[in-house]
Amino acid sequence: MIIQKLNMNHRNLFLSKKITLDFGLPILTLITLLFGWQVLWWLTSPPPWFLPSPMSVIEVTLKWIDVLPMHAGITLYETLTGFILAIIFGIPIAVVIVYSTFLQRTVYPILLAFQSVPKVAVAPLLLMWVGHGELPKIIVVFLVCFFPIVVSSASGMQSVPSSLLDLVRSLSANPSMVFLKIRLPNALPYIFVGLKVAITLAVIGAVIGEFVGSNAGLGYLILISTQQFDTALAFSSIIILTTMSIILFYAIELLEKILVPWAPRQ
Amino acid sequence: MQSRKITYTNSVQPKIQVHSVFKVYETSGGSEVLALENINLEVESNEFVTLVGPSGCGKSTLLKMIAGLITPSDGSLLIDGKILVKPSRDIGIVFQDAVLLPWRNTLDNVLLPIEILGLRKEDYLQAAYDLLHLVGLKGFEKRMPNELSGGMQQRTAICRALIHNPSILLMDEPFAALDAMTREELGLELLRIWEETKKTVVFVTHSISEAILLADRVVVMTPRPGKISQVIDINLNRPRSLEMEFFEEFKDYSFIVRELIHSSRNT
Repeated sequence: MIIQKLNMNHRNLFLSKKITLDFGLPILTLITLLFGWQVLWWLTSPPPWFLPSPMSVIEVTLKWIDVLPMHAGITLYETLTGFILAIIFGIPIAVVIVYSTFLQRTVYPILLAFQSVPKVAVAPLLLMWVGHGELPKIIVVFLVCFFPIVVSSASGMQSVPSSLLDLVRSLSANPSMVFLKIRLPNALPYIFVGLKVAITLAVIGAVIGEFVGSNAGLGYLILISTQQFDTALAFSSIIILTTMSIILFYAIELLEKILVPWAPRQ
Repeated sequence: MQSRKITYTNSVQPKIQVHSVFKVYETSGGSEVLALENINLEVESNEFVTLVGPSGCGKSTLLKMIAGLITPSDGSLLIDGKILVKPSRDIGIVFQDAVLLPWRNTLDNVLLPIEILGLRKEDYLQAAYDLLHLVGLKGFEKRMPNELSGGMQQRTAICRALIHNPSILLMDEPFAALDAMTREELGLELLRIWEETKKTVVFVTHSISEAILLADRVVVMTPRPGKISQVIDINLNRPRSLEMEFFEEFKDYSFIVRELIHSSRNT
């Protein structure tokens, strides 16, 4: 018991040291870089439209604090809605593809081919078809997320070891049982790989959608601020966007750790 | 040994009967390959039979056929005198890889067949604990597969194959992926389990010494096309031990099996 406790303490110590190393050091590096940037800016004093100082970025952020959350909220809404819709449609389609040889031969190759279409190039068309507002952005996000989710889910469900399938077949298992107890859990780590790819693309998709035509969102803010040479505001928006992207990514990873504790990790 | 001999001759009906079975595969090129040619084999109840031969001799195909996973192109298979048309629930299988479900602990992995067969888990809980105890995994019930060594994983797979109490245990090179020492240890352990549970075992291996050490009868198979070259009765006392590998009889058996396999290669 005591040894176990000692062990635990040792483990906690090790863990806290690991966390310090994993998070502390990169943050320290970041602060150093920002500090260097500020010093360099003071020394060279470039025109603010060319390169703002970290201080001025903070200043602008505070000045715009009333409207920034609204814009960030809109981009986040577009990102998450498109992403979740891609999950809702993507995973069932993957299931259908895995279970139907016909669809596997007919639809799946076309789906893979469509993956090569630069979804960004479709954005102006969407604007034409469904007009302004959030819908075209959500569709762009949906399109960029859809393919990685379908492909990863399908390959996850197909990658069950053949001897395992032999085993359940020798027990005359019914297909729904095999799906629920074997294929789906087996696919989970793969699905999460797809989700992590998709969520990063989702943020990009939303911004691209906003670039093409909008009157709100962080992409819109970047566009108008650069047009008005308010570079500090563009920087501020980009930083918020990046933070959002990172938080979303780690939220998915946290979800993965909870739902798929057995997944292999690097 | 003597008592086994008697049950062997007295038994009314063989447990497994393979009657002039052929298996033809079609390759992707469209040509046909004869995987099994005229296989005839009878396995008695409680008998331990090993199938040995080089890769491509069809030993795994034959095993999968007995499991009902592959249908013969010609000929028939009978289990307890009844023609096999679909996988029988009276069979447990162990493969080369343990293929445990990584999201289930040891106990739940052992209970997987129960869930698949739609039986009540509670009724088999004690049996699962007993089996894990039998293979020396007491205390590991809640461990996850990635916390187990290769040998422990394969032990768990053996428990999983036995949990629904089948009378036939089919094993497809179950110890081939393990290191030599674990392999010997598990072989003897399997014999102990077999003595205790009294199953009919068909065991595929490419190790000649493993085949002889475990078996009542060794079925030597040769490739292209896969066929039975000879069936050899192993008259070594039970319980078997590793020292028997140094016995003259054991060496003679090894010599015979090796000769059979090599002579087929040179022709």
